[in-house]
Amino acid sequence: MKEAILEMLDELRPEFDFTDSDDFVMDGLLDSFDIISLISMIEENYDVKIDGLDIVPENFSSVEAIEALIGKSKGEAT
Amino acid sequence: MKSHMLDYFEETVKRRGNTAAVRHHDQEITFAGLQEKAEKLGTWLLSVLEGSVNTPVAVFLPKEIPTVIADLGILYSSNFFMNLDVKTPKERIGNILELVKPSAVVTSRKYAKALADTAVPVLLIDELDWTQLSQDHDALSARRQELIDTDPFCLINTSGSTGTPKGVVLNHRSFFDFMTVSNERFGFDGSEIIGSLSPVVFDIYDFELCMLMVNGSQLVLLDAMLAAFPARLLETLRDAEVSFIFWVPSIMVNIANMGLLDKIALPSLRLVWFAGEVFPTKQFLVWYDKLPDTTFANLYGPIEITLDCTYYVVEQRPEESEPLPIGIPYHNTDVILLNDQNQKCAVGEEGELCVRGTSLAMGYYNNPEKTAAAFTQNPLNTSYPELIYRTGDMAYRREDGNIMFKGRKDSLIKHMGYRIELGEIEHVIENDLKLVKYCCAVYQYARKEIVLYYQNDAELTDKDFRTALSKAFPAYMIPAVYVRMEELPRNTNGKIDRLLLKTQANEEA
Repeated sequence: MKEAILEMLDELRPEFDFTDSDDFVMDGLLDSFDIISLISMIEENYDVKIDGLDIVPENFSSVEAIEALIGKSKGEAT
Repeated sequence: MKSHMLDYFEETVKRRGNTAAVRHHDQEITFAGLQEKAEKLGTWLLSVLEGSVNTPVAVFLPKEIPTVIADLGILYSSNFFMNLDVKTPKERIGNILELVKPSAVVTSRKYAKALADTAVPVLLIDELDWTQLSQDHDALSARRQELIDTDPFCLINTSGSTGTPKGVVLNHRSFFDFMTVSNERFGFDGSEIIGSLSPVVFDIYDFELCMLMVNGSQLVLLDAMLAAFPARLLETLRDAEVSFIFWVPSIMVNIANMGLLDKIALPSLRLVWFAGEVFPTKQFLVWYDKLPDTTFANLYGPIEITLDCTYYVVEQRPEESEPLPIGIPYHNTDVILLNDQNQKCAVGEEGELCVRGTSLAMGYYNNPEKTAAAFTQNPLNTSYPELIYRTGDMAYRREDGNIMFKGRKDSLIKHMGYRIELGEIEHVIENDLKLVKYCCAVYQYARKEIVLYYQNDAELTDKDFRTALSKAFPAYMIPAVYVRMEELPRNTNGKIDRLLLKTQANEEA
């Protein structure tokens, strides 16, 4: 799944190297428009609905955090 | 008699000197502190700008307390401010600076890098030693006496059709007008704590500055990033005891859809204004029902009219199937609906919404052709010169006097609160970047996405587009979806059939 997440990020912001950042939000790799786009990409690609309370910067800071968020959203959906 | 916004500010400082004027995270500045720093900056600008009066001075800073100081400091120097978005690509900033030719740009060391190529003098606000700067109140006041109330207060850039934005010039008097009417209608008295979310390049931010200056309201600056994290945003509003917000609907729709108002209470929130886009009634009702003690008002007005020219206070629960009216004209502003024959529309008849009054902008800076096309003689008045602004918006008046918004005459859209001329996206892709042979951008309303249809021998990946476009456009102007067509549909005149593509994009959802 990590690969797929990196692909989504790369599509959103091709100009950045996401493997080089410890915190996508703090480092300014993702702005508010990107987060909104990313959420709809995740919801579409993984057929999940992300809870509004889970949409916090910590859950978008790294590939691992996004992976955990998708996992959590999947768990809640089933 | 007051002829300058600072005349109001100085009275406010006398009243509220030691209370907080602006808060941002754990930082704050009092009204007196703000005046001191703004006067120091203004005094310094007097010498740096060698006595320029009534010239635009750009501000290239993120939305933080120094931005407010910079804006007021520029006003103190008897010039006017043009706020720029630090996220805007270098090339676009270059285009704006070239067109407007401001006398200087106020920025900080961190952001100055993006301005390396400009011929405009770059001033670093973070390297000023405030303890050493002199504060010449009398010199500043004396100079300000020479200004009149139709001199510019600020300049706001808005999407044009050629890759260079249009700079809208708004004067002091139009803001006095808007503040006077707003205070009368909504009872503002300076007790407001404003949750300021709009980017500094929006007119909403300029209104918030006026609330601070005229009424003594407090601004709580909310980071742009919060717009992506609605739960955090609501918690921040709650913790800061925000009583008034003026937002664009996009974010409010997200909050409603996520059901967050059930989870986070906003007991301090008294008044909510929204403008800039149509607020779908279904999501509006979530807000309306969850916050029964809050007053809601829908405002309407393009940037060429200071803030807004009509308003609708929601006094009874609207039907879900009914769109919200844009309401009735602001006092001292006249809204005229004109049909194709340039005659006044009858009740129920759809026509172009045109505006006359003090609220009109002075025009587009350094752009007489576009000014002349949008600000025209009132066709109902053949006796003396009188300008109206033609908004390009279609509307009709209901029996009860409320005006209903219908849509656009052209390809202008509102996306995330930003006004975008779709033609500008097409122009840059075809002519400047030469990415594809032909293209047509349309708006997908349900998903709030810009869709680009294009015709080209080779197929381009989304990544190709995004990489090229991110150098030319701010993020909100970059299409989300790219569709290659063998041939773009044409209408009988041989023009690309925008309407057909628009219908197609909106049917597919």
